[in-house]
Amino acid sequence: MNFELTKEQSMIQKLMREFSEEEVKPGADQRDQTGEFPHDIIRKMAKLSLMGLNFPESYGGGGADTISFAIAVEELSRVCASTGITYSAHISLGCAPIYLFGTEEQRKRYLIPLCTGDSLGAFGLTEPNAGSDAAGTQTTAVENEDNWSIQGSKCFITNASHAKFLSLTASTHSKTNNQRQITAFIVPTGIAGVSIQSNYNKLGLKSSNTTEIYLEQVKIPKDNVLGEIGNGFKQFLVTLDGGRIGIGAMAVGIAQGAYELALQYAKERVQFGKSISKLQVIQHKLADMAMEIELARTYVYKAAWLKDQDKKFTKEASICKLFASEVARRVCNQAIQIHGGWGYIHDYKVERYFRDAKLTEIGEGTSEIQRNIIAREIGC
Amino acid sequence: MNFLVCLKQTFDTEEKIVLKNGEISEEAVEFIINPYDEYAVEEAIRLKELHGGEITILTIGPDRAEQALRSALAMGADKAVLVETEDLEDELDEHSISQLLYAAIQEQEDNYDLILCGYMAVDDGSAQVGPRLAQYLQIPHVSTITKITIAGNEVSLEKDIEGDVEHIQTHLPLLVTTQQGLNDPRYPTIPGIMKAKRKPLTRFEIDDLSISEQSISAKTAQKEVFLPPQKQAGQILKGSIKEQVTSLVEKLHKDAKVI
Repeated sequence: MNFELTKEQSMIQKLMREFSEEEVKPGADQRDQTGEFPHDIIRKMAKLSLMGLNFPESYGGGGADTISFAIAVEELSRVCASTGITYSAHISLGCAPIYLFGTEEQRKRYLIPLCTGDSLGAFGLTEPNAGSDAAGTQTTAVENEDNWSIQGSKCFITNASHAKFLSLTASTHSKTNNQRQITAFIVPTGIAGVSIQSNYNKLGLKSSNTTEIYLEQVKIPKDNVLGEIGNGFKQFLVTLDGGRIGIGAMAVGIAQGAYELALQYAKERVQFGKSISKLQVIQHKLADMAMEIELARTYVYKAAWLKDQDKKFTKEASICKLFASEVARRVCNQAIQIHGGWGYIHDYKVERYFRDAKLTEIGEGTSEIQRNIIAREIGC
Repeated sequence: MNFLVCLKQTFDTEEKIVLKNGEISEEAVEFIINPYDEYAVEEAIRLKELHGGEITILTIGPDRAEQALRSALAMGADKAVLVETEDLEDELDEHSISQLLYAAIQEQEDNYDLILCGYMAVDDGSAQVGPRLAQYLQIPHVSTITKITIAGNEVSLEKDIEGDVEHIQTHLPLLVTTQQGLNDPRYPTIPGIMKAKRKPLTRFEIDDLSISEQSISAKTAQKEVFLPPQKQAGQILKGSIKEQVTSLVEKLHKDAKVI
């Protein structure tokens, strides 16, 4: 067993720390207020080949591993969770399904522009009446002689306004047993019948792009089926396992950022004649924060490591996502508490972390769904 | 064109300096490429992009200095040389380091057209190593450059002279030391980081070099290492201007003993 990062992983960590401090942090508060999408940052990341970080070089990727991906998401989220989720969704929901289930032709056509940053990646799963309950999927795809016709809508889809295409799930009719089943498709966003809106007024993650997608008699070629017909449900479960590592890493980054702000404030704030960091009540809060973040990060790395070793990581991905997201909520809550009244004010940043953290308990499977998955995995 | 960059791995400028038994403790300290040397690496890469050629990075230091070399390779340098000094008991100073650099250069098959060094290291700040090395190599040197243009054998330079600029015309081979303002060092790309491990890195022990221990022994000795005294709170003088001046002169004379 070895807890040390490899040379490449530490160099990527150093790069992401510097990049985040110099390029991402400066506009984060302003973007939180305006909701402006971090286009420039994504462009700069593409120049460094970060948009295909953990995919093979033959598809324009960086050839790094999942641990490096977790490091990158953590470092971005430490200064700006909106940028963190944009990147995490691009990699783990946008690129991954095409890499995992796409044909060689589809990988060349769709994965390469994602890795080079020509398009952002997005994944259309959630619907107004279906999220983790995939049986509720109301978007339907009907197979015609020379195409598929898709009808329906999706909601809460990250990045779709900036995606040239996305993979999405639809309910299809099985020819063999006449049952409804789920199939994944790659749908170009610029074709007739596709409309994408981003009108949500969100609690946090203000500068990430969250969209609703409407599909009105959208016709796509037959070879736009992603993976196998009827296999969409299984495929998105696998995709979400990887995505949960991203959300876990994002939660660790948010928690780390809020903790550092709280620690610094506690050292500077003088009350009763000394820094409040000298008061045991504050020390214990900070010690708990530090402890929980260490544990969450270690477990995110473990889930990522299992994935890199091609071992099963479903339970671990759920544990890391569930634990880290609850740590992020607790840490951000205490970070505001340590700041007192100032913590409630935008200028002290921690309220942004608090709002952003909440998403990690919801996105890519709520905490309740994570407990269901863990329960299933331990044999309940 | 053959470029050589001499760099030093130094304390991260954000680290707090802790003294332990009269020495600076390296425990849990982050090390970085000396920031001035990073300008040298960046400039070599830019010049290579313009003129073609190969960039070698050379450092004298302990085993951990490999990290700094790998970082420079990730930015775009081609190969690296580490002269390990871990076994050396004696202190090394600017004289020793420049002698070692000179000896290491003699071991290389390449002749370098341009040698770039940061103008000084942020840790001990002597700014001597570059000029000393140029002297041993018997080539011209220009320190603290902020711009370099190469046309054939001719080199045009701008040199920072404390707020003013000196324009200098010279020729290759040449050694320059780099000053802030020369460029903005790039981030390594992911492919750069992944390739860095596969790029050649040669290690030398001091014994591998044609140089005697005597010729690298330090010309200076370090007597004591101490932190600057803690800053005291300032005093505000009161009373009329005349009283304040009298009090100030008295304090400078009796307390500070500077007049």
